[in-house]
Amino acid sequence: MTLKHTALHAEHVRLGAKLVDFAGWDMPIQYSSQLDEHHAVRSDAGMFDVAHMTAVDLSGTRTREFLRKLLANDVAKLQVAGKALYTCMLRDDGGVIDDLICYFIDETHFRVVVNAGTTDKDLAWIREHAAAYGVEVRHRDDLGILAVQGPNARARVLPLLPAALRGPAEALGVFQAAWDGDVFVARTGYTGEDGFELMLPHAELVALWKGLLDAGVRACGLGARDTLRLEAGMNLYGQDMDESTQPLESGLGWTIAWGETAERDFIGRAAIEPLRGASPKKFVGLLLEGRGIMRAHMKLRFANGAVGETTSGGFSPTMKQSVGLARVDRAAEGACEVEIRGQWVAARIVKPPFVRNGKVLL
Amino acid sequence: MSKVPAELKYAKSHEWVKLESDGSVTVGITDFAQGSLGDLVFVETPAAGRKLGKEESCAVVESVKAASDVYAPIAGEVTANNAALGDSPEILNSDPYEGGWMWKMKPDNVADLDGLLDAAAYEDFLKTL
Repeated sequence: MTLKHTALHAEHVRLGAKLVDFAGWDMPIQYSSQLDEHHAVRSDAGMFDVAHMTAVDLSGTRTREFLRKLLANDVAKLQVAGKALYTCMLRDDGGVIDDLICYFIDETHFRVVVNAGTTDKDLAWIREHAAAYGVEVRHRDDLGILAVQGPNARARVLPLLPAALRGPAEALGVFQAAWDGDVFVARTGYTGEDGFELMLPHAELVALWKGLLDAGVRACGLGARDTLRLEAGMNLYGQDMDESTQPLESGLGWTIAWGETAERDFIGRAAIEPLRGASPKKFVGLLLEGRGIMRAHMKLRFANGAVGETTSGGFSPTMKQSVGLARVDRAAEGACEVEIRGQWVAARIVKPPFVRNGKVLL
Repeated sequence: MSKVPAELKYAKSHEWVKLESDGSVTVGITDFAQGSLGDLVFVETPAAGRKLGKEESCAVVESVKAASDVYAPIAGEVTANNAALGDSPEILNSDPYEGGWMWKMKPDNVADLDGLLDAAAYEDFLKTL
Protein backbone atom coordinates (compact mmCIF):
# COMPACT_ATOMS: atom_id res chain seq x y z
CA MET A 1 0.00 0.00 0.00
CA THR A 2 1.25 3.46 -0.83
CA LEU A 3 1.42 5.71 2.20
CA LYS A 4 -0.33 9.06 1.98
CA HIS A 5 1.71 12.24 2.24
CA THR A 6 0.74 15.49 3.91
CA ALA A 7 1.70 18.77 2.26
CA LEU A 8 4.67 18.94 4.66
CA HIS A 9 6.12 15.57 3.66
CA ALA A 10 8.99 17.11 1.68
CA GLU A 11 9.79 19.27 4.71
CA HIS A 12 9.95 16.19 6.96
CA VAL A 13 12.34 14.52 4.54
CA ARG A 14 14.44 17.68 4.21
CA LEU A 15 14.70 17.92 8.00
CA GLY A 16 15.86 14.31 8.28
CA ALA A 17 12.80 13.00 10.10
CA LYS A 18 12.41 9.32 10.86
CA LEU A 19 9.14 8.47 9.10
CA VAL A 20 6.66 5.78 10.09
CA ASP A 21 3.32 4.48 8.84
CA PHE A 22 0.67 6.15 10.99
CA ALA A 23 -2.85 5.11 9.98
CA GLY A 24 -1.78 4.92 6.35
CA TRP A 25 0.14 8.21 6.39
CA ASP A 26 3.92 8.54 6.14
CA MET A 27 4.48 10.67 9.25
CA PRO A 28 7.49 11.86 11.28
CA ILE A 29 7.90 9.98 14.56
CA GLN A 30 10.88 12.18 15.42
CA TYR A 31 13.38 14.50 13.75
CA SER A 32 16.52 14.22 15.87
CA SER A 33 15.67 13.52 19.51
CA GLN A 34 12.20 12.78 20.81
CA LEU A 35 13.24 13.92 24.29
CA ASP A 36 14.56 17.27 23.03
CA GLU A 37 11.38 17.77 21.02
CA HIS A 38 9.30 17.02 24.12
CA HIS A 39 11.25 19.49 26.25
CA ALA A 40 11.04 22.16 23.52
CA VAL A 41 7.24 22.09 23.81
CA ARG A 42 7.30 22.22 27.62
CA SER A 43 9.81 25.09 27.75
CA ASP A 44 9.48 27.05 24.48
CA ALA A 45 7.55 26.12 21.33
CA GLY A 46 7.24 23.11 19.06
CA MET A 47 5.04 22.27 16.09
CA PHE A 48 3.43 19.11 14.82
CA ASP A 49 2.18 18.22 11.37
CA VAL A 50 -1.23 16.74 12.13
CA ALA A 51 -2.60 17.15 8.64
CA HIS A 52 -3.46 13.44 8.64
CA MET A 53 -6.31 14.40 10.95
CA THR A 54 -9.52 15.48 9.29
CA ALA A 55 -11.69 18.56 9.40
CA VAL A 56 -15.33 17.97 8.51
CA ASP A 57 -17.74 20.86 7.97
CA LEU A 58 -21.42 20.38 8.71
CA SER A 59 -24.02 22.77 7.42
CA GLY A 60 -27.76 23.15 7.33
CA THR A 61 -30.48 24.69 9.43
CA ARG A 62 -30.79 21.57 11.63
CA THR A 63 -27.05 21.10 12.25
CA ARG A 64 -27.20 21.89 15.98
CA GLU A 65 -30.14 19.55 16.46
CA PHE A 66 -28.24 16.83 14.56
CA LEU A 67 -25.09 17.25 16.66
CA ARG A 68 -27.10 17.10 19.90
CA LYS A 69 -28.14 13.62 18.74
CA LEU A 70 -24.77 12.54 17.30
CA LEU A 71 -22.43 13.63 20.10
CA ALA A 72 -22.34 12.60 23.78
CA ASN A 73 -21.34 16.06 24.91
CA ASP A 74 -23.91 18.77 24.23
CA VAL A 75 -23.34 21.41 21.57
CA ALA A 76 -26.04 23.44 23.34
CA LYS A 77 -23.03 24.60 25.42
CA LEU A 78 -21.68 26.30 22.28
CA GLN A 79 -23.39 29.68 22.18
CA VAL A 80 -20.57 32.02 21.16
CA ALA A 81 -19.14 31.80 17.63
CA GLY A 82 -15.78 30.04 17.70
CA LYS A 83 -16.38 28.13 20.94
CA ALA A 84 -15.08 24.55 20.92
CA LEU A 85 -16.20 21.38 22.69
CA TYR A 86 -14.39 18.08 23.28
CA THR A 87 -16.70 15.10 22.93
CA CYS A 88 -17.08 11.42 22.17
CA MET A 89 -19.14 10.05 19.30
CA LEU A 90 -20.73 6.80 20.47
CA ARG A 91 -22.24 3.72 18.91
CA ASP A 92 -25.71 2.64 19.97
CA ASP A 93 -24.10 0.21 22.45
CA GLY A 94 -21.99 2.99 24.00
CA GLY A 95 -18.69 2.01 22.36
CA VAL A 96 -16.55 5.00 21.39
CA ILE A 97 -16.42 5.53 17.61
CA ASP A 98 -14.06 8.47 18.04
CA ASP A 99 -13.23 11.45 20.21
CA LEU A 100 -13.30 14.81 18.48
CA ILE A 101 -13.45 18.55 18.86
CA CYS A 102 -16.54 20.36 17.61
CA TYR A 103 -16.42 24.08 16.73
CA PHE A 104 -19.43 26.39 16.51
CA ILE A 105 -19.11 28.63 13.46
CA ASP A 106 -22.65 29.99 13.20
CA GLU A 107 -26.14 28.61 13.62
CA THR A 108 -26.00 26.74 10.31
CA HIS A 109 -22.30 25.77 10.33
CA PHE A 110 -20.25 23.61 12.70
CA ARG A 111 -16.86 22.01 12.19
CA VAL A 112 -15.60 18.77 13.72
CA VAL A 113 -12.01 17.51 13.70
CA VAL A 114 -11.60 13.74 13.87
CA ASN A 115 -8.70 11.30 14.14
CA ALA A 116 -6.71 10.03 11.16
CA GLY A 117 -7.22 6.32 11.73
CA THR A 118 -10.97 6.72 12.13
CA THR A 119 -11.69 9.19 9.32
CA ASP A 120 -13.38 6.78 6.93
CA LYS A 121 -15.70 5.17 9.47
CA ASP A 122 -16.42 8.56 11.09
CA LEU A 123 -17.44 10.08 7.77
CA ALA A 124 -19.64 7.08 7.00
CA TRP A 125 -21.31 7.25 10.42
CA ILE A 126 -21.83 11.01 10.28
CA ARG A 127 -23.25 10.88 6.75
CA GLU A 128 -25.54 8.00 7.64
CA HIS A 129 -27.11 10.00 10.46
CA ALA A 130 -26.92 13.44 8.86
CA ALA A 131 -29.25 12.55 6.01
CA ALA A 132 -32.36 12.58 8.19
CA TYR A 133 -31.54 16.12 9.32
CA GLY A 134 -30.74 17.44 5.88
CA VAL A 135 -27.24 18.27 7.08
CA GLU A 136 -24.55 18.59 4.44
CA VAL A 137 -21.25 16.87 5.30
CA ARG A 138 -18.10 18.23 3.67
CA HIS A 139 -14.75 16.50 4.14
CA ARG A 140 -12.25 19.38 4.16
CA ASP A 141 -9.30 17.56 2.64
CA ASP A 142 -8.34 20.87 1.06
CA LEU A 143 -7.15 21.95 4.53
CA GLY A 144 -4.13 20.84 6.52
CA ILE A 145 -3.78 21.02 10.31
CA LEU A 146 -0.74 22.29 12.18
CA ALA A 147 -0.42 22.24 15.99
CA VAL A 148 1.94 24.82 17.50
CA GLN A 149 2.35 24.24 21.22
CA GLY A 150 4.36 25.57 24.14
CA PRO A 151 4.55 28.63 26.39
CA ASN A 152 5.92 30.73 23.51
CA ALA A 153 3.84 29.18 20.75
CA ARG A 154 1.16 31.84 20.43
CA ALA A 155 3.67 34.68 20.36
CA ARG A 156 5.53 32.99 17.50
CA VAL A 157 2.40 32.31 15.46
CA LEU A 158 0.64 35.66 15.75
CA PRO A 159 3.00 37.76 13.54
CA LEU A 160 2.71 35.15 10.77
CA LEU A 161 -1.08 35.21 10.57
CA PRO A 162 -3.01 37.25 7.98
CA ALA A 163 -3.24 40.79 9.37
CA ALA A 164 -6.99 40.64 9.84
CA LEU A 165 -6.68 37.53 12.02
CA ARG A 166 -3.92 38.67 14.41
CA GLY A 167 -6.10 40.65 16.80
CA PRO A 168 -8.88 38.06 17.04
CA ALA A 169 -6.34 35.22 17.42
CA GLU A 170 -4.49 37.06 20.17
CA ALA A 171 -7.75 37.63 22.05
CA LEU A 172 -8.82 33.97 21.98
CA GLY A 173 -9.65 32.28 25.26
CA VAL A 174 -8.90 28.60 25.80
CA PHE A 175 -11.00 26.34 23.56
CA GLN A 176 -12.01 29.19 21.28
CA ALA A 177 -11.34 29.71 17.58
CA ALA A 178 -11.22 32.59 15.10
CA TRP A 179 -10.93 32.57 11.33
CA ASP A 180 -10.46 34.66 8.25
CA GLY A 181 -11.66 32.95 5.10
CA ASP A 182 -10.13 29.47 5.10
CA VAL A 183 -7.48 30.27 7.72
CA PHE A 184 -8.75 28.95 11.05
CA VAL A 185 -6.96 29.36 14.40
CA ALA A 186 -8.03 27.56 17.58
CA ARG A 187 -6.52 27.85 21.05
CA THR A 188 -6.56 24.11 21.56
CA GLY A 189 -4.00 21.35 21.73
CA TYR A 190 -2.96 17.88 22.81
CA THR A 191 0.12 18.56 24.89
CA GLY A 192 -0.97 20.22 28.14
CA GLU A 193 0.64 23.47 27.03
CA ASP A 194 -0.80 26.68 25.67
CA GLY A 195 -0.81 27.10 21.90
CA PHE A 196 -2.79 26.98 18.71
CA GLU A 197 -4.09 24.40 16.31
CA LEU A 198 -4.38 25.91 12.85
CA MET A 199 -6.33 24.72 9.84
CA LEU A 200 -5.50 26.26 6.50
CA PRO A 201 -5.08 25.47 2.80
CA HIS A 202 -2.08 23.21 2.16
CA ALA A 203 0.09 25.76 0.35
CA GLU A 204 -0.40 28.33 3.10
CA LEU A 205 0.31 25.69 5.72
CA VAL A 206 3.72 24.95 4.19
CA ALA A 207 4.54 28.68 4.15
CA LEU A 208 3.48 29.02 7.79
CA TRP A 209 5.61 26.00 8.77
CA LYS A 210 8.67 27.53 7.13
CA GLY A 211 8.01 30.87 8.81
CA LEU A 212 7.72 29.18 12.18
CA LEU A 213 10.95 27.25 11.63
CA ASP A 214 12.67 30.57 10.90
CA ALA A 215 11.12 31.98 14.08
CA GLY A 216 12.74 29.22 16.13
CA VAL A 217 9.78 26.87 16.57
CA ARG A 218 11.05 23.31 16.74
CA ALA A 219 9.66 20.63 14.43
CA CYS A 220 8.35 17.82 16.64
CA GLY A 221 7.32 14.31 15.72
CA LEU A 222 4.41 12.15 16.75
CA GLY A 223 6.64 10.45 19.34
CA ALA A 224 6.92 13.63 21.38
CA ARG A 225 3.23 14.28 20.80
CA ASP A 226 2.48 10.97 22.52
CA THR A 227 4.69 11.56 25.59
CA LEU A 228 3.30 15.09 25.90
CA ARG A 229 -0.34 13.96 25.77
CA LEU A 230 0.38 11.13 28.23
CA GLU A 231 1.93 13.57 30.73
CA ALA A 232 -1.10 15.79 30.20
CA GLY A 233 -3.35 12.82 31.05
CA MET A 234 -5.14 12.97 27.71
CA ASN A 235 -6.66 9.88 26.15
CA LEU A 236 -5.44 8.45 22.88
CA TYR A 237 -8.15 6.95 20.67
CA GLY A 238 -7.51 3.32 19.75
CA GLN A 239 -5.41 2.83 22.83
CA ASP A 240 -7.20 4.22 25.89
CA MET A 241 -10.66 3.80 24.40
CA ASP A 242 -12.22 2.35 21.27
CA GLU A 243 -15.46 0.78 20.08
CA SER A 244 -15.16 -2.04 22.62
CA THR A 245 -15.07 0.33 25.62
CA GLN A 246 -17.53 2.93 26.84
CA PRO A 247 -16.60 6.43 28.06
CA LEU A 248 -17.40 5.83 31.75
CA GLU A 249 -14.62 3.22 31.98
CA SER A 250 -12.26 5.38 29.91
CA GLY A 251 -11.95 8.49 32.05
CA LEU A 252 -14.36 10.34 29.77
CA GLY A 253 -17.39 10.62 32.02
CA TRP A 254 -16.74 14.36 32.27
CA THR A 255 -17.45 14.71 28.56
CA ILE A 256 -20.93 13.17 28.79
CA ALA A 257 -23.65 15.84 29.03
CA TRP A 258 -26.52 14.08 30.76
CA GLY A 259 -28.44 17.34 31.15
CA GLU A 260 -30.36 18.69 34.11
CA THR A 261 -33.55 17.00 33.05
CA ALA A 262 -32.02 13.96 31.34
CA GLU A 263 -34.07 14.47 28.23
CA ARG A 264 -31.49 14.71 25.46
CA ASP A 265 -31.41 11.36 23.69
CA PHE A 266 -27.91 11.22 22.20
CA ILE A 267 -26.75 8.08 20.43
CA GLY A 268 -25.42 5.62 23.01
CA ARG A 269 -27.23 7.18 25.97
CA ALA A 270 -29.57 4.25 26.58
CA ALA A 271 -26.61 1.86 26.73
CA ILE A 272 -24.42 3.82 29.14
CA GLU A 273 -26.97 5.53 31.38
CA PRO A 274 -27.46 2.41 33.57
CA LEU A 275 -23.69 2.49 34.18
CA ARG A 276 -23.75 6.08 35.38
CA GLY A 277 -22.09 6.02 38.81
CA ALA A 278 -21.99 2.23 38.57
CA SER A 279 -19.42 1.34 35.91
CA PRO A 280 -17.72 -1.92 36.95
CA LYS A 281 -14.44 -0.50 35.73
CA LYS A 282 -12.83 2.88 36.17
CA PHE A 283 -9.95 4.72 34.55
CA VAL A 284 -6.97 5.95 36.55
CA GLY A 285 -3.50 7.42 36.29
CA LEU A 286 -0.52 5.37 37.42
CA LEU A 287 2.87 6.35 38.73
CA LEU A 288 5.56 3.69 38.70
CA GLU A 289 7.50 3.64 41.97
CA GLY A 290 9.88 0.78 41.16
CA ARG A 291 12.31 0.45 38.27
CA GLY A 292 11.36 0.06 34.65
CA ILE A 293 8.88 1.50 32.20
CA MET A 294 5.18 0.80 31.94
CA ARG A 295 3.75 0.22 28.47
CA ALA A 296 0.22 -0.41 27.26
CA HIS A 297 -1.43 -3.77 28.06
CA MET A 298 0.49 -4.61 31.23
CA LYS A 299 -1.39 -6.36 34.05
CA LEU A 300 -2.12 -4.69 37.40
CA ARG A 301 -2.97 -6.21 40.76
CA PHE A 302 -4.09 -4.58 44.01
CA ALA A 303 -3.90 -5.80 47.61
CA ASN A 304 -7.71 -6.07 47.84
CA GLY A 305 -7.87 -8.42 44.87
CA ALA A 306 -8.81 -5.80 42.29
CA VAL A 307 -7.07 -6.10 38.94
CA GLY A 308 -6.65 -4.01 35.83
CA GLU A 309 -4.57 -3.30 32.76
CA THR A 310 -2.59 -0.34 31.50
CA THR A 311 -3.95 1.27 28.36
CA SER A 312 -1.07 3.73 27.90
CA GLY A 313 2.33 3.80 29.48
CA GLY A 314 5.70 5.29 28.94
CA PHE A 315 8.53 7.38 30.23
CA SER A 316 7.69 10.89 31.32
CA PRO A 317 10.56 13.10 30.12
CA THR A 318 9.46 15.86 32.50
CA MET A 319 9.18 13.67 35.62
CA LYS A 320 11.95 11.26 34.60
CA GLN A 321 9.91 8.26 35.64
CA SER A 322 7.27 6.05 34.14
CA VAL A 323 3.61 7.09 34.11
CA GLY A 324 0.56 5.43 32.64
CA LEU A 325 -3.19 5.28 32.27
CA ALA A 326 -5.12 2.15 33.20
CA ARG A 327 -8.56 0.58 33.25
CA VAL A 328 -9.09 -1.11 36.61
CA ASP A 329 -11.83 -2.70 38.71
CA ARG A 330 -14.06 -0.23 40.47
CA ALA A 331 -12.71 -1.34 43.89
CA ALA A 332 -9.09 -0.62 42.97
CA GLU A 333 -7.33 2.03 45.02
CA GLY A 334 -3.92 3.14 46.23
CA ALA A 335 -0.82 1.01 45.89
CA CYS A 336 -0.59 -1.75 43.32
CA GLU A 337 1.84 -3.78 41.28
CA VAL A 338 2.29 -3.78 37.54
CA GLU A 339 3.73 -6.75 35.65
CA ILE A 340 6.67 -5.51 33.62
CA ARG A 341 8.38 -8.17 31.56
CA GLY A 342 7.58 -10.94 34.02
CA GLN A 343 8.25 -9.02 37.24
CA TRP A 344 5.78 -7.31 39.56
CA VAL A 345 6.87 -3.72 40.17
CA ALA A 346 5.39 -1.25 42.69
CA ALA A 347 3.11 1.51 41.38
CA ARG A 348 0.24 3.58 42.69
CA ILE A 349 -2.93 5.22 41.48
CA VAL A 350 -2.73 8.97 40.97
CA LYS A 351 -5.07 11.52 39.49
CA PRO A 352 -4.02 12.74 36.02
CA PRO A 353 -2.84 15.06 34.60
CA PHE A 354 0.77 14.45 35.53
CA VAL A 355 2.15 17.62 33.93
CA ARG A 356 0.46 20.81 32.74
CA ASN A 357 1.94 24.11 31.61
CA GLY A 358 5.46 22.95 32.27
CA LYS A 359 4.82 21.94 35.88
CA VAL A 360 4.64 18.54 37.54
CA LEU A 361 1.30 18.32 39.33
CA LEU A 362 1.88 15.28 41.56
CA MET B 1 26.14 6.69 8.80
CA SER B 2 26.52 4.51 11.88
CA LYS B 3 30.01 4.14 13.33
CA VAL B 4 31.46 0.61 13.20
CA PRO B 5 34.89 0.55 14.92
CA ALA B 6 37.29 -1.78 13.09
CA GLU B 7 38.72 -3.43 16.22
CA LEU B 8 35.43 -4.83 17.53
CA LYS B 9 33.39 -7.96 16.78
CA TYR B 10 29.64 -7.82 16.18
CA ALA B 11 26.48 -9.91 16.46
CA LYS B 12 23.62 -9.62 13.98
CA SER B 13 21.43 -8.64 16.96
CA HIS B 14 23.56 -5.45 17.11
CA GLU B 15 25.78 -6.08 20.10
CA TRP B 16 29.49 -5.31 19.92
CA VAL B 17 32.20 -7.31 21.68
CA LYS B 18 35.68 -6.14 22.60
CA LEU B 19 38.38 -8.62 23.55
CA GLU B 20 40.42 -7.17 26.45
CA SER B 21 44.11 -7.94 27.12
CA ASP B 22 43.21 -10.12 30.13
CA GLY B 23 41.07 -12.44 28.02
CA SER B 24 37.76 -11.01 29.24
CA VAL B 25 35.32 -9.30 26.87
CA THR B 26 33.28 -6.11 27.10
CA VAL B 27 29.81 -5.99 25.52
CA GLY B 28 27.55 -3.14 24.43
CA ILE B 29 25.08 -2.20 21.70
CA THR B 30 26.17 -0.68 18.41
CA ASP B 31 25.80 2.87 17.17
CA PHE B 32 23.27 1.56 14.66
CA ALA B 33 21.25 0.00 17.50
CA GLN B 34 21.16 3.11 19.64
CA GLY B 35 20.24 5.23 16.62
CA SER B 36 17.39 2.92 15.70
CA LEU B 37 16.04 2.79 19.25
CA GLY B 38 16.07 6.55 19.77
CA ASP B 39 16.49 8.27 23.12
CA LEU B 40 17.20 5.62 25.75
CA VAL B 41 15.58 6.14 29.12
CA PHE B 42 16.05 2.85 30.99
CA VAL B 43 18.76 0.19 30.95
CA GLU B 44 18.98 -3.07 32.88
CA THR B 45 22.24 -5.03 32.79
CA PRO B 46 23.03 -8.59 34.02
CA ALA B 47 24.44 -9.01 37.55
CA ALA B 48 28.02 -10.06 38.14
CA GLY B 49 28.28 -13.81 38.57
CA ARG B 50 25.43 -14.61 36.20
CA LYS B 51 26.23 -17.32 33.68
CA LEU B 52 25.04 -16.54 30.19
CA GLY B 53 24.42 -18.87 27.27
CA LYS B 54 25.13 -17.76 23.73
CA GLU B 55 22.26 -15.58 22.43
CA GLU B 56 20.57 -15.61 25.84
CA SER B 57 18.44 -12.54 26.49
CA CYS B 58 20.20 -10.93 29.44
CA ALA B 59 19.70 -7.16 29.34
CA VAL B 60 17.03 -4.63 28.43
CA VAL B 61 17.32 -1.24 26.81
CA GLU B 62 14.20 0.90 26.74
CA SER B 63 13.78 3.99 24.63
CA VAL B 64 10.94 6.46 24.82
CA LYS B 65 9.25 4.27 22.22
CA ALA B 66 9.82 0.64 23.19
CA ALA B 67 11.73 -1.99 25.13
CA SER B 68 14.35 -4.13 23.39
CA ASP B 69 16.20 -7.21 24.57
CA VAL B 70 19.96 -7.40 24.44
CA TYR B 71 21.53 -10.82 23.90
CA ALA B 72 24.78 -12.37 25.06
CA PRO B 73 26.90 -12.63 21.89
CA ILE B 74 28.87 -15.56 23.36
CA ALA B 75 28.61 -17.82 26.42
CA GLY B 76 30.39 -16.92 29.64
CA GLU B 77 30.11 -15.47 33.14
CA VAL B 78 29.38 -11.82 33.89
CA THR B 79 32.17 -10.17 35.88
CA ALA B 80 30.95 -6.55 36.02
CA ASN B 81 28.23 -4.26 34.71
CA ASN B 82 28.10 -0.56 34.01
CA ALA B 83 26.28 0.98 36.98
CA ALA B 84 26.46 4.47 35.44
CA LEU B 85 23.80 3.46 32.90
CA GLY B 86 21.22 3.18 35.69
CA ASP B 87 21.19 6.92 36.31
CA SER B 88 22.32 8.04 32.86
CA PRO B 89 20.99 5.73 30.17
CA GLU B 90 21.56 8.50 27.63
CA ILE B 91 25.27 7.58 27.67
CA LEU B 92 24.25 4.67 25.43
CA ASN B 93 23.10 7.20 22.82
CA SER B 94 26.03 9.58 23.07
CA ASP B 95 28.88 7.10 23.53
CA PRO B 96 27.83 3.54 22.65
CA TYR B 97 31.34 2.10 22.27
CA GLU B 98 33.12 3.57 25.33
CA GLY B 99 31.10 5.09 28.18
CA GLY B 100 28.05 3.06 27.13
CA TRP B 101 29.56 -0.39 27.67
CA MET B 102 26.96 -2.66 29.30
CA TRP B 103 28.73 -5.60 30.90
CA LYS B 104 32.03 -7.48 31.04
CA MET B 105 32.23 -11.24 30.92
CA LYS B 106 34.70 -14.09 31.04
CA PRO B 107 34.08 -16.19 27.92
CA ASP B 108 33.64 -19.94 28.30
CA ASN B 109 35.71 -20.23 25.18
CA VAL B 110 37.52 -17.29 23.61
CA ALA B 111 37.39 -19.07 20.25
CA ASP B 112 33.63 -18.36 20.24
CA LEU B 113 34.55 -14.83 19.16
CA ASP B 114 35.48 -16.25 15.77
CA GLY B 115 31.80 -16.99 15.19
CA LEU B 116 30.95 -13.26 15.30
CA LEU B 117 31.10 -10.73 12.47
CA ASP B 118 34.10 -8.52 11.94
CA ALA B 119 33.57 -4.81 11.25
CA ALA B 120 33.46 -5.19 7.46
CA ALA B 121 30.96 -8.04 7.63
CA TYR B 122 28.76 -6.11 10.08
CA GLU B 123 28.81 -3.06 7.81
CA ASP B 124 27.77 -5.26 4.89
CA PHE B 125 25.01 -6.72 7.05
CA LEU B 126 23.74 -3.22 7.92
CA LYS B 127 23.45 -2.44 4.21
CA THR B 128 20.99 -5.31 3.83
CA LEU B 129 18.60 -3.90 6.47
